[in-house]
Formats: sequence, structure tokens, C-alpha cells
Amino acid sequence: MKVKGRKIAIEGNEAAALALKQVNPDVVAAYPITPSTEVVQKFSEYVANGEVTTEFVPVESEHSAMSACIGASAAGARVATSTASQGLALMWEMLYIASSMRLPIVMTVANRALSAPINIHGDHSDAMGARDAGWIQIFSENVQEIYDNIFQAFRIAEHPDVRLPVMVGYDGFITSHSEEILELLEDEEVKRFIGEYKPKFSLLDINNPITMGPLALFDSYFEFKVAQAYAIENSLPIIKKVGKEFGDLTGRYYDVIEKYYTDDADYIVVAMSSTCGTARVVVDELREKGEKVGLLKIRVFRPFPLEDVVDALKNAKVVGVLDRSMVPGSFAGPLYHEITSGMYHLEKRPVFQPYVYGLGGRDITTEHIKGVFEELKEIEKAGKPKGLKYIGVRE
Amino acid sequence: MAINLRELALKGEKLTSGHRLCAGCGASIIVRMVLNAAEQPVVVANATGCLEVATTIFPYTAWNVPWIHSAFENSAATISGVEAAYRAFKKKGKIQEDIRFISFSGDGGTYDIGLQALSGAIERGHRALFICYNNEAYMNTGIQRSGATPRGAFTTTSPAGSVIPGKPQKRKNLTEMMVANGAKYVAQASPSHWRDLMEKVRKALNTDGPSFINIYSTCPRGWRTPDNSAINMARLAVETGVWHLYEVEDGKYKINYKPAKGFKPVEEYLKVQGRFAHLLRPENAEILEEFKKDLQREWEHLLRMEEATNK
Repeated sequence: MKVKGRKIAIEGNEAAALALKQVNPDVVAAYPITPSTEVVQKFSEYVANGEVTTEFVPVESEHSAMSACIGASAAGARVATSTASQGLALMWEMLYIASSMRLPIVMTVANRALSAPINIHGDHSDAMGARDAGWIQIFSENVQEIYDNIFQAFRIAEHPDVRLPVMVGYDGFITSHSEEILELLEDEEVKRFIGEYKPKFSLLDINNPITMGPLALFDSYFEFKVAQAYAIENSLPIIKKVGKEFGDLTGRYYDVIEKYYTDDADYIVVAMSSTCGTARVVVDELREKGEKVGLLKIRVFRPFPLEDVVDALKNAKVVGVLDRSMVPGSFAGPLYHEITSGMYHLEKRPVFQPYVYGLGGRDITTEHIKGVFEELKEIEKAGKPKGLKYIGVRE
Repeated sequence: MAINLRELALKGEKLTSGHRLCAGCGASIIVRMVLNAAEQPVVVANATGCLEVATTIFPYTAWNVPWIHSAFENSAATISGVEAAYRAFKKKGKIQEDIRFISFSGDGGTYDIGLQALSGAIERGHRALFICYNNEAYMNTGIQRSGATPRGAFTTTSPAGSVIPGKPQKRKNLTEMMVANGAKYVAQASPSHWRDLMEKVRKALNTDGPSFINIYSTCPRGWRTPDNSAINMARLAVETGVWHLYEVEDGKYKINYKPAKGFKPVEEYLKVQGRFAHLLRPENAEILEEFKKDLQREWEHLLRMEEATNK
């Protein structure tokens, strides 16, 4: 049965806070950072007004935020936090520990550039810095998706076969501060969808003492890491299943990728987060003119949904991969590397063109994306890519 | 409250034998005393360090209580989270037991890299006991200086060389920082004075708020002392005035050890440790003098605080 929800106008960060309020976690430990501050700020209001029963731990740093989340989750609590940019970077050490201990912590990240120079605006450098930390990474295109992804994140993270932390990303200032129409779920529906969390182990089970985070040397460490790798690989079908169940409830279905006119497209742009909204407008416009263009949106970056991506791209002629972060010293961004190495073994594969765009909140416009499609056509004629291109930068 | 040895002897071991700490290490003795003193069930967080690595080599564990280690600098933040979860469950009626929370860190994990997390946890008022087992250097990584290393001591990053004879700086006064930070119960203890130590642990665990105990812990490897000297060395530290036993309850100071005939000469403590051997050579008389002055200043401060807070 699909729910037709009440509609309100709300900013991205507030939507994240509202979703967390409806989840009503046992513990939230957080430290504010732009552009995600409002999540914690708004959540503090809910705590102060008794609208949630959460124990809120206003820690003294992001490092301690993640440390406290780890402690609380190890104690069997349902746990959430929120951060961005330098804050996520400061958590780096603890991100690995959270995922290695198989703790289902949910974290919202208003994706933002990394210093220096200091910049408070949106790009994906922070999330890409945490790329290898063993967290599930979901990216949200708009305010509705932030809200929807958070509920799904709890279901995925706490699934007995997954038990891994999940990061829900959205573009800092672009989505975090955009006011959009949001279709709400009722508290009861949220409760039913996420269910009660039943942890497998708890530090508070004093009659069955457990040791968490021991020393493991060369005779066992490797097996721990491989078990963790299997867990994140195996989460892919569960992410899909949860996305479908969420669709059955709301009418808004989610998959790990979103194909937009890719089936017969010669030219495809691959992107994540808010840029997909911009690219979709361009695809609509060019399709009206009869051009065979498409968009592939990557919603889940970790685990990387390779099979789905290959299936969506394999028949295209030229693919432009848009990375909103850079890897100095390399020849392209992380998304490009992921896709091209994943498709390397195919006998017939598209030509790939890498782009880096939008660093530090630099705008990406429909004109830019039209330019990308034009360039993809030129590349087809030339038969080879042009090397890394920066979109909208003064060189 | 009173400690009854017969009752203690009947309690089961919470840190079992078979762990791999060095012979003569102070840490295991301290942990056994602390856990034995607890009247309620406890959950322990442990910072990275000797204690953590030597007691939990997978697939073995020496801990007979729920235990978590996450990183070096954050046992205080980690236990904050555990305690917050406990409060959440308690509020929702999901947990009935009365549980206490203890964080163990070495001097590295408290005086230095862990200071921020510790300070934050105390400021927020988590009901937990934060214990520093203080052996005055980073022993786990091969005896490097820490903020707790006393002036003049040899460590591998403050070696006694021909130009610089050991650590040039005096030790940080972490205990006083914790008093200033607002911990409700603060104390210094030594395993040589076991009854005093265990009574302090009980007081701390029954304090409704954050508490901190700085416990002197010997390290035969780092101090260059015999394996069988742990308790004697700790006692000597107290009797020579190198380690003062005192407690601060809600801002009120009480010195627990005041020798009627004054402290023993500090040389008695220094001469039996390899890490101070060079201090007793005539060319280093000046540093030795500074070392003594550091202790004198700490002692006089305590006497003044005791007088001022008990008027």
C-alpha cells in the first residue's frame, strides 16, 4: 500500500534532522560543522523539547563524536551522527574502527571541500577521502532523497547480514540549504519500516562479557578484514531489497543506480548527487531534439554496484564521467577510476572521458553539461578521449 | 564502604591470569585491584597501550568483564558513548542492572594524546571513572618520553646524552588539571598502598559524576628495575615524596600520606632505577636539584590546598 504523505517545504539539513527525529535513535553524539551544523542544531531542539528520547552527547570534536558513537553502538544502542569535510577527515581513524567492529552507525554527511584553502562549500572530497573506510556510502540528489535515504540507511546498517555503518551524503549548501517540497512519512510508518533494533552483541550484557577491539596479529587480522569485505559486498542485494520495500510503502523506489534514458543512449553522463538533477534537465532537452543521450546516476558508491553500472553503460559509444573531487597526481577522479577499471575486461566497451568539476562549490550549469555532451560526440569522431578536463575552471 | 579482605578474596578474578604483560608490570596489579574493589558490575574501555595489547591477543582475552578498545586517544570518548547508551536504556526501562563504567589509559592516553577526549568527557559529566595507570613514559612503543615523564629521566626520545642529560622538562600535573576540569572526585594512588587505592576506587565509582584516579604504575622494562620490585618501587615513590597520595572530593583536598618524620631522601628512589642513573653523577647535580624542587613545589601546593579547602 502506497502512502500519500503530507507535504511541507523544508531545507535539506532540516529534513535530515527530521528523519533522525522520526527514527528517535538511542544515542546521537555529534560536533557541529558547516554545512551540516543545522542537523545537530535542529536535533538539539528536539532533545530540548522532549520530542525525542535520545541521549544527546555534545562532544568536543568529531573524533570523539565517532568514538562515542562506537561506544554506544557497541553497547547495543541505535546510533546516529552528522558531519562534513574536515570533521569527516578528523574521524578518519575511527571510521575504519566503526566498520571493522561491524557497528551499524548512521551518519549524514553534507559533502564539502577539504582545506587548504579553507572552503565551506560543496564537493565530494570528504566522502572520497573516506572511500576505503569500509562504510556503505549512499548519495542523495535532493531533499526528498536525504529524508528517504536515512530511513533506508538504518534498515541496511542494522540488517543482521550487514551490520555495517552507513553514510548518507548530500551536496553541502546546494542540497543542505535548499528549500524543497518534502513528502512526509508519519511517525508510525517510520517506526514500522525501520523496526526495532536487535543488536547481536552488547557491552551492557554483563552476564555475557565480550571483548571488543582486541589485538589480532598476522595469524588472524587478514580473516577479519576479508569477513568485513564480504559483508559490504553482500550488502548490495539488501540495499536493493530495502529500496524496493521503501518504494512499496511510498511509491518512491530506490535502486543502487538510476538509469535515465541509458538503454539506447550513445552518449552517457555519469554523476552523483545534486548534479544528476541538472543533467536530467539537459537529457530531457536533448532527447526532445532526438539526440540519443542519457544519464547514469550512481546512488550507492560503496559497495560499488559494478554489475549494474556495466549493464547500463556497455552499449554506449562515449561516456563522460563527472567527478566532484580530485586526486592530485592521478589522471582522473575516483568515480572514473572505479568505472573504467571495472569495465576494462570487456571486449566491447565505450570510450571514457574523465571530468573534474564543481570543486569548492563551483557551479555546474545545464550549459556545462550540454558542453560535455557536445564533447562526447567529438570524442566519438576522434576515436579517443582527451585526457582529464576541468569543467568551468580558469586555467 | 570499608574494604574487607576476606570478602575481596571470595570475589572472582575479573582480569584472569595468562595475559602477556611483562613480569613485574604494575598495570595488571592495578587493574585487578580496581576491578576487585568495584561493588557493582562494570564495563571497561581501554586505550591502546601495553595493557590493551597484552591482555587481548585474539583469540584470547584476559577480561572477564565487558571490555572495549577502539583507539589510543579516545577511551574517555568511547566510554562516554557506552555510558550514554546505558542512560538511554535505563530511561526506557530496557535495562535493570546498576552498572559502572571505567576507562583505563596509560599516561600517553591521558596526559598527551588522550587529554582532549578526557577533558571533554569530564566536562560533559559522564558518570564514569577515568583511570590513568601512570608509568611515566610510552612503554608499549619502546620507552619514549610522555608528558608524565619526570625531569631528567632517560627515555629513548629523551636520552641521557652528553649535551642533554635526559628529559629537560618537568612532568605535567595532570591530577591538578582534572581538579580544575571539574571532576567530582579526583585522587592519586599507588598499588603499594592497596587499601587506600581500593577505597578510592569505591568512592570514585559511587560518585554521581565523572571521577579520575591517577595511579602510579611501575615498569621494569622502562625504569630498568628488577622484575620483583614493582610494589617496593611504588612504595618508595610514595615514601620519598615522588608520588603523593591525596584525594579531592568536591574541591576539598585530603592528603592521605604524610610521613611524620618527613620523606626519605629522593636519592633512595633514584639510585635503584636505570632511568635515573645519570642523575646521580656530579655533573648533573643541577638537574637533580631541579628535580627535587619540582617535587617540593608539588608538595607545598598540596599542603596549601588542603589547608585552604578545609577551613
